[in-house]
Amino acid sequence: MQWDVVIGLEIHVQLATKTKIFSGSSTAYGAEPNTQANAVDLAMPGTLPVPNEQAFRYAVMFGLAVNAEIERRSVFERKNYFYPDLPKGYQTTQLERPIVGPGYVDIDLANGESKRVRIHHAHLEEDAGKSLHEDFHGMTGIDLNRAGTPLIEVVTEPDMTNAEEAVAFAKKLHGIVTSLGICDGDMSQGSMRFDVNISLKPKGSETLGTRTETKNLNSFRFMEQAIAHEVERQMDILEDGGTIVQETLLYNGDRDESRSMRTKEEANDYRYFPCPDLLPVEIDEAFIEDARNRLPELPDARKARFMDQYGLNDYDAGLLAGDSKLAAFFEEAVSHGKDAKLTANWIQGELSARLNAEEKSVAESPITGAQLGYLVVRIADNTISSAGAKKVFEALWSGESDNVDAIIDAKGLKQMSDTGALESMVDEVLAGMPDQVAQYQNEEDPKKRKKMLGGFMGPLMKASKGQGNPKLFNEILVKKLGG
Amino acid sequence: MTISRKDIEKVAVLARIRVDEEQVSALETDLGNILDLVDQLAAADTANVEPMAHPLNAVQRLRADEVTETNQREAFQAIAPATENGLYLVPRVIE
Repeated sequence: MQWDVVIGLEIHVQLATKTKIFSGSSTAYGAEPNTQANAVDLAMPGTLPVPNEQAFRYAVMFGLAVNAEIERRSVFERKNYFYPDLPKGYQTTQLERPIVGPGYVDIDLANGESKRVRIHHAHLEEDAGKSLHEDFHGMTGIDLNRAGTPLIEVVTEPDMTNAEEAVAFAKKLHGIVTSLGICDGDMSQGSMRFDVNISLKPKGSETLGTRTETKNLNSFRFMEQAIAHEVERQMDILEDGGTIVQETLLYNGDRDESRSMRTKEEANDYRYFPCPDLLPVEIDEAFIEDARNRLPELPDARKARFMDQYGLNDYDAGLLAGDSKLAAFFEEAVSHGKDAKLTANWIQGELSARLNAEEKSVAESPITGAQLGYLVVRIADNTISSAGAKKVFEALWSGESDNVDAIIDAKGLKQMSDTGALESMVDEVLAGMPDQVAQYQNEEDPKKRKKMLGGFMGPLMKASKGQGNPKLFNEILVKKLGG
Repeated sequence: MTISRKDIEKVAVLARIRVDEEQVSALETDLGNILDLVDQLAAADTANVEPMAHPLNAVQRLRADEVTETNQREAFQAIAPATENGLYLVPRVIE
């Protein structure tokens, strides 16, 4: 039987405010446990929450960026459940009147097509603390520094049909929130966390199947794996005539397996009700206009500009413009390196490969955009060969030196472009290889000739101690050998 | 609706409030009266009433995004039953 896969996402986006959503505690990452948890965050009796204006501003900016309606009057609800990292016994969130209403995001797919994914809504809420399950004499340790950190939870419609679309949407959303500057986008620190709802239905059927929710995926790769894993699991059950149980799953990326957290029968009754500690929040037109004026260039507009301004193709532009930090790196590099296509190639080739291999983000790159730009200049003006450029890249990466020209000098990577000197080298090498010269000159097929030309390059590079400009050598060879 | 002694004792444990025998009897009556009032409210027909988010006809004041709180971990942890390395310790949670 053939199946249609239906995927919807819920994304928690940690807002990059200085303080918590309902208190003046710092949200800085990495502080000593519980040093950023004050009376409000700890739910001490007699405390009252006061909402953070910046969290609303960021939520409105997000809403505008995803073409959504902004709710002028939003209300906070209490979602009641018991867990030690939630001291109040409820999460303050929004249910009936979320700040951001229906919107959409268009995603680019590998086949060149574009697809619209609708956003159901996005609401403001607070994050919980962290439970540390290592052994504290049979007890659990609680760190409440994260408790009260502002989040927006973005809920999509079930518009995605495979892992590629879901990951493309996730990456697009990541690009939007980081471009807006409302989230640092650091997924390894939990700044963005994805829950994936998946169900299967017989191909062409209108009725949705029973869905499962896989929670807390914190990398695009895990998300892709978790979807593949869950689709296969559901398909196996359905093909065997079984039924899917509505449940919440936790995916373990290191082991590529998921386990059940809870099933529907045990599903919590959250007893939502409007939070009596908080009045309704009214957003006026001036506030929305102010947020609109703060909107920076977003990935779609940036992609169009990259194609227009730098002459990049659709693929390169989409890739570089999608992530604000990568885009900034590219623009810094190209402002020095001039050659946009060559710069794009080096970023997507050598640089990305090294970043991936060392699990670094572009912001952590030991090579700056300017340095890569200078490197590109020296490749483009033929000072160094591409083999030499890789050596310069290596030296920049390892921190050996931060100056491209100094590295070229120190390592003797400068190509010899003195035509006279190169010509005499060619004469010398050709004189030592009479058989090959004759063979070349007797060959009619231009393709084979081209290949044979390569046979002279090795000795030439050796003669020039690797510093001869290969392009010039080639030109001289062709001339000397008679076409 | 009534509330049993057992319910009261259980809630007292959950809320970490020490309640002695005499207090339980008094609470049985008091909490029972409150629940009766809730029953009375629940009987009202609210089919055509728009839910009210708050009894005050006012809107929420928002706060500027500035750090105003300092680290007072020591004071807060002085009243916690168990702490270690700056963490609050709670009975083990099995996920």
